Amino acid sequence: MTQYGLLIDYDYCDGCHACEVACKVDHGFQEGFDGIQLFQIGPRELSPDHWEYTYIPAPTELCDLCAERVAAGKLPTCVHHCQSLAIEYGTVEELAARVNKPKMVIFSVKDGA
Amino acid sequence: MREINQEVYKDKLWQWQEGEYTVTRTSQWSGPGCHQGCGVLFYTKDGKVEKIEGDPNCPVNNGRLCMRCLDMLEAIYHEDRLTYPMKRAGERGENKWERISWDEALDIIDEQAKRIMGEYGGKAIAAFQGTGRNATWPVSSLGNLAFDTPNTGQGTLSGDCCYGPRLMAMNVVMGTAWIADMGQALEARFDDPRYRIPEYVLIWGCNPLVSNSDGFYGHWIIDVMKRGSKLIVVDPRITWIAAKAELVLRLRPGTDGAVALGIVSQMIENKWYDEEFTDEWVYGLEGLREAAAEYTPERVEEISCVPAWKIVKAAEILGHAKPLAVQWGLPLDQQTHGVSASHAIQAIIALTGNVDIPGSNIFFVDGFIQNDIRMSLLERMDPESQKAKLGCDGEYPLRSMGYAPFAMPEKVLQAIEEGDPYPIKMVWIQSSNPLSNCAADSKRWLKALNSLDFVVVADLYMTPTAVACADLVLPVAMSPERDSMRAWWTPFRAITKVVEPLGEAKCDETIMLEVGRKVAPEKFPWANTEEMRAAFMENLSSVDYEGSFEDLKHDVWYYFPFEYEKYKTGKLRSDGKPGFNTPTGKIELMSTIFQAVGLDAAPYYKEPNESPVSTPELAEKYPFVLTTGQRSYEFFHSEHRNLPTMREYHPWPLCEMNPEDAASLGLEEGDWVYLENETGKIKQKLHIHPGMLKGVVNAEHGWWFPEREAAAPSFFGTFDSQAGCLLRMGDVGPTGWGSSYKCRLCNVSKVED
Repeated sequence: MTQYGLLIDYDYCDGCHACEVACKVDHGFQEGFDGIQLFQIGPRELSPDHWEYTYIPAPTELCDLCAERVAAGKLPTCVHHCQSLAIEYGTVEELAARVNKPKMVIFSVKDGA
Repeated sequence: MREINQEVYKDKLWQWQEGEYTVTRTSQWSGPGCHQGCGVLFYTKDGKVEKIEGDPNCPVNNGRLCMRCLDMLEAIYHEDRLTYPMKRAGERGENKWERISWDEALDIIDEQAKRIMGEYGGKAIAAFQGTGRNATWPVSSLGNLAFDTPNTGQGTLSGDCCYGPRLMAMNVVMGTAWIADMGQALEARFDDPRYRIPEYVLIWGCNPLVSNSDGFYGHWIIDVMKRGSKLIVVDPRITWIAAKAELVLRLRPGTDGAVALGIVSQMIENKWYDEEFTDEWVYGLEGLREAAAEYTPERVEEISCVPAWKIVKAAEILGHAKPLAVQWGLPLDQQTHGVSASHAIQAIIALTGNVDIPGSNIFFVDGFIQNDIRMSLLERMDPESQKAKLGCDGEYPLRSMGYAPFAMPEKVLQAIEEGDPYPIKMVWIQSSNPLSNCAADSKRWLKALNSLDFVVVADLYMTPTAVACADLVLPVAMSPERDSMRAWWTPFRAITKVVEPLGEAKCDETIMLEVGRKVAPEKFPWANTEEMRAAFMENLSSVDYEGSFEDLKHDVWYYFPFEYEKYKTGKLRSDGKPGFNTPTGKIELMSTIFQAVGLDAAPYYKEPNESPVSTPELAEKYPFVLTTGQRSYEFFHSEHRNLPTMREYHPWPLCEMNPEDAASLGLEEGDWVYLENETGKIKQKLHIHPGMLKGVVNAEHGWWFPEREAAAPSFFGTFDSQAGCLLRMGDVGPTGWGSSYKCRLCNVSKVED
């Protein structure tokens, strides 16, 4: 069965929370719940003047890849609103073909119809 | 940019029906809001906004939205929205109010204003506006016209220390304000063949992804990074974007001038600059060389904490970078000698010839909409009345010469407190919450505002300022509830009303017009806001857009024609001659204007008036350099504190310090700490930041707690935690601009209870 998911270019995620809030308002999730959640690494100095400061948003159990929006011809709201344009949606095969640099991750989120 | 499904997003159509929703394509621009006006799609049904979505076809934001805009519905339909005018029913600060009609409100304003104008003259009334959004010009215009006062502006913001100092420096040195070129001048953006991706972006004192300041959408920098731009960052703190930079110069707050001069000196001495450009277009290179010579890398290291080798390295990179785009920030305004630091940074730009070429730093000569509107309104103003503008009495010659759009806040405070040179008796505050935000020494301002005869506050919600001082509170409509238009740089954008204002709220323009028609009907000849707006549209002197407001609404946005290298074609000067709009026609590294008024012609560095170096005894008591005003994604200044979703992500006021500093005080992550100095004491929650320069404390501004008691002495807890309590009035630079909001001293101690 075809897997659908999100490709995150976490080189460019600056932790702005747009994906989380877009998801929350679109799905009406209550406080403490969301379909995508931001994780943070650092800031830490790996060697002098070399800092690791990374955010990675990860889809949660509640992520339905915005089934309603997608059915209406739109992109999932986190993909649409990501301020860094760092999230892509598609089948994992399509997404894998777009992995052309370091710091990219594919989340396989759900089976397709 | 990604492919867009135009079956769904309808190219540039301004309105359509999508199932049960009417979809309107427009821009969201205050309030609440920020300095940018992103393209949005409002989904409405039965007179309510049901959804908001970023407009993927808008070249400004390409569909992206920040968390605040995404949370707009929570703001619009918040139970605390002001929905009708109210007059004070108890004492000031008791938070007791009586609902009144707009007619009653206008009667009260008319009576009070006319009494004060009759007794003291219009100059005894001041109008305070907020920051540069689409709700500022109606406030100053109302003051200037209806109340016949010259005393309008940001009111409480010491030294006009937000963009004013940089604007002053840009106008004097380059002749025209400039902004980093991220392709935003061109509708096709990166697809326009004229555009070039910056080789380097220099981010100086700015966290642009968070602040989106000065009409600049911060994530444009991500767009150019993806296309190959490299970064140099000047900041005391490792921000996310600083961690991405090739070189980070972590400087002690307030030493920007020394760092810039150090870089300039290295560029000149090593001939790392564009000789062809400087020979033809730059004035004062030799004078600059002499002025910068003392700032050797070693001396700069001693002053600023930036290692000497980094000064040399930065000079080498910047000296060869083509194109180089510079996005700078508020710290240049918020240090006493920030105008001079801004002068020095512009010398870096000028030496490298990164001026008005694609991907560098560009001038806009069209689209000063707000200025056009104000000018067309002010034709009706009595020019005599403007001569008494506070701060223009000669002490600061540039202010007296007409460089000051605003009355000087220090002088406004003096007039209120001492009646010198004349008293102020009434203040009109609209789209500003100064006691929680921009006022330095905010408890002093509380006292000052409370000494006034009459205070009006017009806002979206009841704010600490309104509770503390207002005699009359007026409800203001939000962006989706108003028809208006705006440009900051480009494009010209429609703000389209998609729903009626909540309750009896009125939009900023309408409030101006209705108060104006009541107090000074001869100056406000329009029957309604639509008629007034039509008159504005006909008088946009800096815009070649021929259409009506309805046309603009349907066009949604309009890009002004844009040309690069305007200094070669005479487009920067009113006489049409090639060159820059300065007295010499060149970029003035030695400013003839500063020289003419007895100020330093060359950029210089001076220690902050309060610092470990200039006041070592004070620094024993207050050992940390205090910097304030960093932005967070959740809030725009003092806005958004009442939105549960924003507070879910950012519940408390945060201050940041280095792990070593925290350890030396026995402090741990999340501890509540007092920050204290000679001016005041607040408490915030500590965040230990490994990337913060040692010895620096970074405190958030704008805090109040809408969930806490409104009435005095609480005022929503604003004085417990807002950074303005630690800042002072009067620490202004010799030009009359700049203040020390980013570089005072403080002590830190644990809250024990």
